[in-house]
Amino acid sequence: MSPGLSTQVGQLARRSVLRTMRQPAQIVPALIFPLFLLAVNSGGLKDATNLPGFPTDSYLTFALAVPFMQGALFSVMNAGTDLARDIETGFLNRLALTPLHGAALLSGLLAGAVVLGLVQAATYLIVGLTAGAELAAGFPGALVIIALSVSITVAFGSVGLFAALRTGSGEAVQSLFPVFFVFLFLSSMALPLDLLQTDWFHAVASANPISYLLAAFRSLLIEGWDLGALALGFGIAMAILAIGMFAASAALKTRLVRT
Amino acid sequence: MTRRIALAVAWRSIHNFLTNPAFMVPAIVFPLFFFVAFAGGLSAIANTPGFDFPNGYTAFQFVFVLLQSAAFGGVFTGFGIARDFETGFARRYLLAASNRSGIVAGYALAALVRALVTWTVLTTVALLAGMDVGGSGVDLFGLYGLAVFVNLAATLWAAGVAMRVRSIQGGPLMQFPTFLVLFLAPVYVPLSLLSGWIHAVASVNPVTVLLEAGRGFISGEATQVALAFALAVVLPVLFALWARGGLKRAEAAG
Repeated sequence: MSPGLSTQVGQLARRSVLRTMRQPAQIVPALIFPLFLLAVNSGGLKDATNLPGFPTDSYLTFALAVPFMQGALFSVMNAGTDLARDIETGFLNRLALTPLHGAALLSGLLAGAVVLGLVQAATYLIVGLTAGAELAAGFPGALVIIALSVSITVAFGSVGLFAALRTGSGEAVQSLFPVFFVFLFLSSMALPLDLLQTDWFHAVASANPISYLLAAFRSLLIEGWDLGALALGFGIAMAILAIGMFAASAALKTRLVRT
Repeated sequence: MTRRIALAVAWRSIHNFLTNPAFMVPAIVFPLFFFVAFAGGLSAIANTPGFDFPNGYTAFQFVFVLLQSAAFGGVFTGFGIARDFETGFARRYLLAASNRSGIVAGYALAALVRALVTWTVLTTVALLAGMDVGGSGVDLFGLYGLAVFVNLAATLWAAGVAMRVRSIQGGPLMQFPTFLVLFLAPVYVPLSLLSGWIHAVASVNPVTVLLEAGRGFISGEATQVALAFALAVVLPVLFALWARGGLKRAEAAG
């Protein structure tokens, strides 16, 4: 990375991180809401562990994978809404008058998502383990969970950037939240794939990449080290990031031409 | 006079709902989505030891989604009230209406019509999906009657918040407590299968009584009917007082 580019990324990253940290309205729901659902679901679905073939006797351990995905969904909203606000307020227009590199803008904007991802992952893990969840992979597994969580958060954040650049509207970005929730609910979120009895639901969940991201977290929590599940999880996160950044770069070019 | 005001306010809200896909589509799609995700994705839960609901997991979840859509129909109407205050339209209502309670009544009527549209679609989809209904026509009347009361209670709750905050930023204040009280009930399994803190909370949650009565209606085995309807009447009365307080605040704010 050239010195000029690294300066641009650094400045924008600093702004993105500060902006994220100064908005409790972004951080608090991203922490509280997934933990609330974890508490409710792990209490309400406890008896699911009695189903033959359920991989653990602790539903809390099984469900602990879900907050990491829900937290990542919040990064779509946060990263996208911040950029949309820059577009709505004309800040992007001012940036367009500078020799700023497009890659620097996008990378810098994701810095806030990285910080939020770290805070979220550490919080979910600490709360989950304190509440009694197991972590079969031990301390190194905790580090991998945090790395995977941050990767997914950044990947989803890039999709938020694309949505913001494409629509230029914070309200439109917010309206994406339910769409992403559909992906989460139509996955192996509540039960393992093998135990999904409804045929069409099993087919949809099997084709849904979210199921494999959840499986990567669960491999560390329940089984220990399953390199295949981890490789698939990180691979999917990288693929989403690559597609998101490519789409966001294309949308940025169009947006700058428009402005 | 109050009736005419209520009808005029309701007509505008219903017209907005029916002619604007951005309002109508989520109101119909989200309950369907929850129904599909819960009834489809969690059907194996019916195999857990002690799960003895006679009409299957689809009917079990249908009742929750019906009551949830009733409550959220009311909350979304609260969003509309807040938006009317933000845009200044509600001030024109306050100026024009001789009896301002009619404004709240109009919003409540509109919320009910919205909910009826949603329930029609939800029920049709559930029946097409093979939901087993054990209850008679009277039982089903009781089930939808409960849903009407839940819708009214949620509308009055959300209206009270909206008229106090008078901004769409009050949305989470309307939504989160509703979400909380709904999900701290026996959503996935009957109360008898819950244990620990969630059982303790669900045991004192009024939504549990409404849910169990609703599930009793759909299976044809009456459960806690008197208590459920007593709650169904008391909750709207309490929230009507809350909404009236909100209306007074809005009036005082001009």
